[in-house]
Amino acid sequence: MSLLAIQRGLRDHILANQSGQSEGVSARGAAGLAVYRHAYRAQLVACLRDTFEQTWSWLGDDGFDAAALSHIVAHPPCGWTLDAYGEDFPETLTGLYPDDPEVAELAWLDWSLRRAFDGPDADPITPEALAEVDWESAVLTLPPTLTIGEVITNSAAIWGALTGGEAPPAVERLPAPAAIRVWRQGLSPQYRSIDAFERQALAMALDGYTFARLCEQLGGPDDAERTVARVGGLLGTWLQDGLVCSAG
Amino acid sequence: MSDRVIAPFEGFGLGLRPPHYADFLDHEIPVDFVEVISENFMVRGGRPLYILDAVRERHPVAMHGVSMSIGSADGVKPDYLRRLKTLVDRVDPLWVSDHLCWTGLEGFNSHDLLPLPYTEEALAVVCANINRVQDVLERPILLENPSSYLTFADDEMTEHGFMARMCEATGCFLLLDINNIYVSGTNHGFDPATYIAGVPVDRVRQMHLAGHSQGRDLLIDTHDQPVPDPVWALYDLACQRFGPVATMIERDDDIPPLGELLTELDIARARAGRLECAA
Repeated sequence: MSLLAIQRGLRDHILANQSGQSEGVSARGAAGLAVYRHAYRAQLVACLRDTFEQTWSWLGDDGFDAAALSHIVAHPPCGWTLDAYGEDFPETLTGLYPDDPEVAELAWLDWSLRRAFDGPDADPITPEALAEVDWESAVLTLPPTLTIGEVITNSAAIWGALTGGEAPPAVERLPAPAAIRVWRQGLSPQYRSIDAFERQALAMALDGYTFARLCEQLGGPDDAERTVARVGGLLGTWLQDGLVCSAG
Repeated sequence: MSDRVIAPFEGFGLGLRPPHYADFLDHEIPVDFVEVISENFMVRGGRPLYILDAVRERHPVAMHGVSMSIGSADGVKPDYLRRLKTLVDRVDPLWVSDHLCWTGLEGFNSHDLLPLPYTEEALAVVCANINRVQDVLERPILLENPSSYLTFADDEMTEHGFMARMCEATGCFLLLDINNIYVSGTNHGFDPATYIAGVPVDRVRQMHLAGHSQGRDLLIDTHDQPVPDPVWALYDLACQRFGPVATMIERDDDIPPLGELLTELDIARARAGRLECAA
């Protein structure tokens, strides 16, 4: 029997998770096959628990593990690193908890913060570096770890309470859809709830809009001054948060 | 492959694990080298690489991987090799090791160390994959004997016989896991002493010491216990056969305070030293 056939057989046996024989394995291999079937699932559940720690805390052991096992069946890992496993777990949770949108939102936050943890490094600039900037043509460069997710619940507050070991607040729908931005400042992953205005400003900056065009697009025809002031306020927050890596 | 030399003896080391990061960053830890799990640092930035760089300033580093999948019939993944090479260039490790096993096939990755049949065909596949890896990394690699829980009907040779021929054909070296020999020997009914006697003396560059657990039917390589007496006894036997070889305590679960592992490492030092003096 060829090596390829043996490996395909063992792979299929592990994925099917049925007791019985795998072709090519010695006759006394049943106990060993059970070890490999169990180890495969146990390792992936442990990986998802580790990555989605606050989601796990929110759902509890039984609820989380059932979701994890369902995900493992639908999405066998394909990457060489376990770190990559779970990217689509929030989608799985959306399907499993259609009436509880905070579950997938918590999972998105867990995932994004984990990705920011070991994402590419970036050096933010200081406010002093803006002294010579020509704002008409300046384009802001944001850190590569920055990611933005849409939310309709108070999932950020729930996540914060769970992380701090506090009793989480009850789930609430937000009065209007909002967003959370996730990034890494220095070595520390960060998150912050943002409103629709900042969400739009960040999307434009990420799309490479010049600062002047960004202000123009964000404001109506009659409130240019007010818009510039508001974006100026945002810029101050972004600088403080280490979100501006260059402006020029 | 370059003719880069791996020294026959690099002393006594520990695996670098997250609970001990602060110890390694804040204190002088009496180890000759640390071993890192390569995949934990094959990332683009952030704290993992910051810690690795800081530890590398203080200690020689050996890189130990779990995802090379050297026995896959469809070869080693180019993306994995590229990322591994990037880390090798950053760390300049004492050596790079992985396991004699396969982890994935045709887009699927089990993230487990799955056993290989010890056949002529598997040997040819493994050797071709090793040659490719060594060419890309520009250095010989070390491969570790795995713990295994089943064997194959078509096996044509012993594991140690397979490894001896693999070393001869590729110039690779061995990371001999003493606990794995004990676990597999118990599970499959072979004599660990015979196994050690069959390993080529000049190819062993590192030894792992670890603990295991009794499963329902089989011994399981859990790395969650201190090194047990039968593994220490096998280590003595290995020291007598191989002489001074870099040795490491490997602990991956129920990780105790660093001091406990250093005490265990002192035991390895003493046992190896005693046998060396007697030789």
